[in-house]
Amino acid sequence: MTTSPVLEVAGLVKHFPLRSHLFDRRAGRVRAVDGVDFEVPAGRTFGLVGESGCGKTTVAMLLVKLLAPTAGRIAFEGRDLAGIRGRAVREFRRGVQVVFQDPHGSLDPRQTMRSALIEPLLTLGVAADRAHALDRAVESVEMVGLDAELLRRLPHELSGGQRQRVVIARALSVAPRLVILDEPTSSVDVSVQAQILSLLAELKRRQGLTYLLISHNLVVVRYMSDVVAVMYLGKIVEMAGSATLFTAALHPYSTALISSIPVPDPEAPSVAALARGDVPSPVRLPSGCRYHPRCPYAEPVCREVDPPLRELAPGHHAACHFPGVARRSAPVAPAGRTG
Amino acid sequence: MAGAGGQAAVLEVRDLCVELGIGGRWIRALNDVSLTIRGGETLGLVGESGSGKSLTALCIPGLLPGNARVVGGSIRLMGEEVLGRSEAELNRVRTRSVAFIFQNPTTFLNPVLTVGAQIAEIFDLSPELLDGTGPGARLSRRARRRRAWLESVEYLRLVRIPDPERIVRQYPFELSGGMQQRVVIAMALARRPHLVIADEITTSLDVTVQAQILSLLADLRRSVGMTLLLITHDMGIVAQLADRVAVMYSGSVVESADVRSLFREARHPYARALLEAVPTIHGSRTIFQAIPGAMPALSDPPAGCRFHPRCPRVLAQCATVRPASVLTGPGHTVACHLYGGDAA
Repeated sequence: MTTSPVLEVAGLVKHFPLRSHLFDRRAGRVRAVDGVDFEVPAGRTFGLVGESGCGKTTVAMLLVKLLAPTAGRIAFEGRDLAGIRGRAVREFRRGVQVVFQDPHGSLDPRQTMRSALIEPLLTLGVAADRAHALDRAVESVEMVGLDAELLRRLPHELSGGQRQRVVIARALSVAPRLVILDEPTSSVDVSVQAQILSLLAELKRRQGLTYLLISHNLVVVRYMSDVVAVMYLGKIVEMAGSATLFTAALHPYSTALISSIPVPDPEAPSVAALARGDVPSPVRLPSGCRYHPRCPYAEPVCREVDPPLRELAPGHHAACHFPGVARRSAPVAPAGRTG
Repeated sequence: MAGAGGQAAVLEVRDLCVELGIGGRWIRALNDVSLTIRGGETLGLVGESGSGKSLTALCIPGLLPGNARVVGGSIRLMGEEVLGRSEAELNRVRTRSVAFIFQNPTTFLNPVLTVGAQIAEIFDLSPELLDGTGPGARLSRRARRRRAWLESVEYLRLVRIPDPERIVRQYPFELSGGMQQRVVIAMALARRPHLVIADEITTSLDVTVQAQILSLLADLRRSVGMTLLLITHDMGIVAQLADRVAVMYSGSVVESADVRSLFREARHPYARALLEAVPTIHGSRTIFQAIPGAMPALSDPPAGCRFHPRCPRVLAQCATVRPASVLTGPGHTVACHLYGGDAA
């Protein structure tokens, strides 16, 4: 059982057509997700990290059937999502829940917490009637460390941290097997972020949940995840166990991301800006390796051939013609404090 | 000009108190805030949202919102009092003395003017910036235009914009967020201000672009001796860039120290908790400690020390007496009863 993945994603592609004018039908495509493969093993936390525009949120939308893929296969507990209809969709929604970034957007401003929590329990058929649903709502609110008195309130009467806890309580109330966390803490302050992350870690331990964590914050991903995949412009460029990725990254983009993080220690080396320029537009993707225009180690081959994601060590995949080049090279002179 | 004073204080804020008018009553938003920044120094002002760090900064160039009023204290810029000045005098402070860089460059830049035109406008408003730079005190109108354009290109080069001759003719929408923020930094430096205030300027950027901006700021500190008030919620950014740090909580500065002392031996329980709440990329996973509760609402703050309901080391007097700032080491002040801040 432990070996079979909860979620399997193979060759996932999502392109959005782009129409700049009413009569111009072939303006181009945004290649938001451009061939992504990964598996999420049961009981683990899989982290998907990348900068804005890399396609990580589109992946989340595809996984929960809020968008239909252009190509590729998504299977939850061995069952292909493409074919399911009616009852099976409801069954799927009980199994997979999402917590989105912005708790303002996930809660109806005119709905009390009580009805926000009861609604999914009734719609998804988890609770037989309102009384059972209410019991369950109280239970889940207390589980995330909130007072049941809060159920009478409206979203604006809660703090940001409380709202995010309510959203987590609602996602967990239907007893899902997989929870997709899309930037669960990016709208809250650091002290609240610490509370939410510890809560998520504890709930996972207690209920044997599986998480797919999507974030731009590498530190959060490092803290939470067992396996981490780094996305860049619609593709996974590196995937490895969390400790391996953060200590022995092979792709220059991963190295650049990691060395971009300001370490909260004045004695630590300064941040190094290893990636040049900005992320290019996903409409006009660079030729060859998508990262080559920003890569300080790019060679002619990188402009021409898109490197495939290969397993270079057990469980460590990278898509680079010169894996490990950033670590072998002399560190680029860090700009920062002098003395 | 900037940084010429060496150790002289560029900015000295003393016991600043500000009230906000909310729902028909005045609510105290800043309580006896004191800060000092010397020439060429970077002060990191850290705190969570609602701590009052941005409000403090807005007071310096007199940019308080209409529903806010200063009710006490003093703000001295290059030795001169800023509070109580006329709007005309404040405009002088805003154009030459203090440059404010905000979080979102798109709202700061004019969408219908090229980058060059916006930088050149600064020289139109303050022609002395050009006159001072070359021979011949008075320039003809045309020569001044030409000089302004060339200076704009130089400032873009200074903030490491590639191909500045081309970018100077572009409009803001043609630039990425990182490039726009560089333009805003260039505009700030073009005024050769005494003080640059940077309020969460990398928050809207991606980490790889943030790293570029942070290393640019570090270089500018050295190359132009920039004096910087750096407002951020990110302890990592503070550790990387600041010489001194002031930690704010619910409208007060609870601790201030040089950056190494603060990170090595933070004294105020909030400052310690804030450092422990920050997960690190290299450190172990277990040091990740959450602070219970949330920052109190300004409209209904707790009596005494505002941190006491969340404090792990609370004493009896914390609930009733607001602790005063006391000096606990060279340049290290703490407002906490654990260190004897009994007065006030």
